[in-house]
Amino acid sequence: MKSDKPTPETTDVKDSSRRDFLKQSTLLTAVAVTPVVAIKAANDHMDEHLAAVFEKMPLKMEVNGKTVNLSVEPRSTLLDILREQLDLTGTKKGCDHGQCGACTVHVDGHRINSCLTLGIMMSGKKITTIEGLAKGDQLHPMQEAFIKHDGFQCGYCTPGQIMSAVSCIREGHAGSEHEIREYMSGNVCRCGAYPNIVNAILEVKDGGFAV
Amino acid sequence: MKKAINVTMPSSAEGMSRVDGRLKVTGAAKYSAEYTMPGLTYGVLVGSTITKGHILTIDTKAAGRAPGVLAVVTHLNSPKVPGDQPEKGKPVPDKGALKVFYDNKIYYNGQPIAVVVADTFERALYAASLVKAQYKAEKHITNLPDNRDKGFAPRGEGVYKRGAADAWQSAPFKVEQEYIVPTVTHNPMELHAIIARWDADDKLTVWDKTQGVNDTRDDLARLFKIPAANVLVHSQFVGGAFGSALRTWPHEVAAVLAAKVVSKPVKVVLSRADMFTSVGYRPFTWQKIGIGATADGKLTGITHEAAGQTSSYENFTEGPVGVSQNMYACPNVNTKYNLVSLDIATPTWMRGPGEATGAFALESALDELSYAVNIDPLELRIKNYAEVEPSSGKPFSTKFLKEAYQLGADHIGWGDRKQVPRSVKQDGWYVGYGMGSGMFGAYRSGATVRAKMMADGTLILQTAVSDIGPGTGTAMTIIAAEQMNIPADKIRFELGDSSLPPAPTQGGSATVASVGPAVVKACTDLKEKFQKLIGNGGEDHPDYAKVLKEHNLPSLEVTSSSDGGNGMEKYAMNSWSVHFVKVLVNAATGVVKIDKVACVSDCGKVISPKTARSQVIGGAIGGIGMALMEESIIDHRYGRYINNNFADYHVPVNADIPQIDALFINKPDPIINVMGAKGMAEIALIGMAAAVANAVYNACGKRVRDLPITPDKVMG
Ligand code: FES
Ligand code: FES
Repeated sequence: MKSDKPTPETTDVKDSSRRDFLKQSTLLTAVAVTPVVAIKAANDHMDEHLAAVFEKMPLKMEVNGKTVNLSVEPRSTLLDILREQLDLTGTKKGCDHGQCGACTVHVDGHRINSCLTLGIMMSGKKITTIEGLAKGDQLHPMQEAFIKHDGFQCGYCTPGQIMSAVSCIREGHAGSEHEIREYMSGNVCRCGAYPNIVNAILEVKDGGFAV
Repeated sequence: MKKAINVTMPSSAEGMSRVDGRLKVTGAAKYSAEYTMPGLTYGVLVGSTITKGHILTIDTKAAGRAPGVLAVVTHLNSPKVPGDQPEKGKPVPDKGALKVFYDNKIYYNGQPIAVVVADTFERALYAASLVKAQYKAEKHITNLPDNRDKGFAPRGEGVYKRGAADAWQSAPFKVEQEYIVPTVTHNPMELHAIIARWDADDKLTVWDKTQGVNDTRDDLARLFKIPAANVLVHSQFVGGAFGSALRTWPHEVAAVLAAKVVSKPVKVVLSRADMFTSVGYRPFTWQKIGIGATADGKLTGITHEAAGQTSSYENFTEGPVGVSQNMYACPNVNTKYNLVSLDIATPTWMRGPGEATGAFALESALDELSYAVNIDPLELRIKNYAEVEPSSGKPFSTKFLKEAYQLGADHIGWGDRKQVPRSVKQDGWYVGYGMGSGMFGAYRSGATVRAKMMADGTLILQTAVSDIGPGTGTAMTIIAAEQMNIPADKIRFELGDSSLPPAPTQGGSATVASVGPAVVKACTDLKEKFQKLIGNGGEDHPDYAKVLKEHNLPSLEVTSSSDGGNGMEKYAMNSWSVHFVKVLVNAATGVVKIDKVACVSDCGKVISPKTARSQVIGGAIGGIGMALMEESIIDHRYGRYINNNFADYHVPVNADIPQIDALFINKPDPIINVMGAKGMAEIALIGMAAAVANAVYNACGKRVRDLPITPDKVMG
């Protein structure tokens, strides 16, 4: 089982690993740093700072209709980029492991778990988050239906549920209550709003709204 | 004999929608981790990897020089928490809340031993992986059943007796069985989070997930020895809690300490794994019930024993045996409650604390007894219906549980139930029916509300209550709209801020019952103030905006309080519930499917039908999780949770849950408060797990007494 976070006893990350990498790396020439300088930096424990410079990559993507240009670390997830760098906190973190669906967003129209997606994989893609679903003041029919059928209590899973619900209909997986339940089971709601969520989706589906 | 009952069974679309619904569906609702501010930094906790012992060395050098790292705080370099230090002349209590970074002692696996602060979350998380500790481990115990002999009676709890002890033993029909409720973790969807910022040496602001902004303020003021007025706690939206945010936890103190060290705001968000060790859980509890009845089903005696786990450093008590004292009219009842100290973190209240655990045992035992006597389990309950509170003899303020029984039974189709298990099989599935009942004390405490009528006719109501999901703002808006005779969309209810007038912590199903009367009082006082302005003969509900304009006033406001009420002296006050469940049990695999659920609540007047319905359904689903899948499992060799994530710790998902019918008796309780409303959060869950277990037995003849009811146990 994967532990959520490295623990001191079980993870033996050598503090020399980056230094070794730098000493051997041919990449260094590409950034016009002579290996000698880099090795000295490594031995002076400057390596981490040097490494940090390399670690940022440019990222250009479209979020809710706007082009964003960012410089991100390859290890940053789309979820953390949305929440921490773009202040789009409507997309939620419930597990960070692809197990709860709270972080569901649309990428080129399809639902994905943004916590399982590295930001740099999104280059050139179109992302829609909960903040981009309504047209101005006019809520998306799914948002209206969630309010009407009380498809939530605390509201924390809700953005993910709504993004998933829209996809569920788009994918053609909202044919029956049973099918909706199956295709909405990647989105956990600890408050237990499931029957109401199903009712909201049925209303949008049967109402023939464009999703 | 059937009599007509006025039933309220709202559909999901009925009633007023939530006042904060729009914010929640657009992503605009901000939870604790979602505030931005200049200089914000990120803290990641490092947990101990042993279960008991102490830290020998802790190496933070590599972490300290990782990019972006501002500080690594451990017990070696942490600023002292003044409130944790021993006070001169005062004895040091031998038990109490965990002291954060206080010394090198380890009491449980995952206990925070360091917090790493960096300029980004990723950098803090990576650096946290570089902190290395060496420990001197001691032998630990984390297993309750093996250590039950170490149990002790907590102070003020312990034993209860009325009539003769163990009278059930001489009954012609009797059952004696043991029941297990395992450790269950709240796991709200929102990870616990805090942003801590020192605005001056003695001024602290936190954005924190808490069920009680005032409690959190007072705890932090006490710990850091600063005036409570200098601590500001914001908790406007809380992404579920179910009890886990009822107290101040180590990560909150760690964040405040870290913010002190780096002199910047620090955000700490727990990981899902941390949620199992850091913010409490429903304690593993062993129970034994002996219960006896006459041939016609009259109870003669109940003996209920329970042993619940707690930590080694703190005693956590709840009331699992209380339900056996007061649920049924029985002349002889004795109960005993013990705690067992283990090397684990301290448990805490979780939805239906005590009662949910106790009701699983009692309602299961009653079901077993019904088969022993060969009488319908519903009839057995009606035969032993308590008309007055059995332990005190006091009358109940209101109790319509008998009506609730009938309603639920009609609704589920109880008449189709067969008394003999394995009687009905359809397409490879056994069909069974079960019921379970619950009760929870109806409480009320004082609260203060500020009501301010603005020039444009908007009414602003303010109080420092939290809303963890039930829809407090919605219920209060409905009350105020009726009082003031204005549309709900003209009302703004502001909450979740410790600078607002005081309100109780959201817990024990008491929010509507406590804050509601204060809203009524504030509205009444505000109307009176308007009357005074208008002078004699003014109408009861004037055009408030017009009156303000005529008197050239920008606004008119009052601050009013309600008291805690004193009905408790003369009356026993409770909310009641009964859950009926129809299950299908797969004959080949032992898989249990919930086919139909009807929950009837007797909780006084229902203020907000739409949100009340959701709360009942949510509670039922919590109970289904407890019955069928939830269990936090420790590998006792290491003292560590092995299923501390949502892939391995199963909670109900959409596919597990059918439509659930929430029915309400909806008769006001005139004693509890002016609205006649009692709590419903706890009773929505209490008794549900037993209803499922009883239905499983009725379906396939397998009695599962240790939760959860997984297929291996059904087939075993
Ligand atoms: S946060 Fe992405 S699935 Fe849970
Ligand atoms: S609404 Fe609270 S978790 Fe779904």
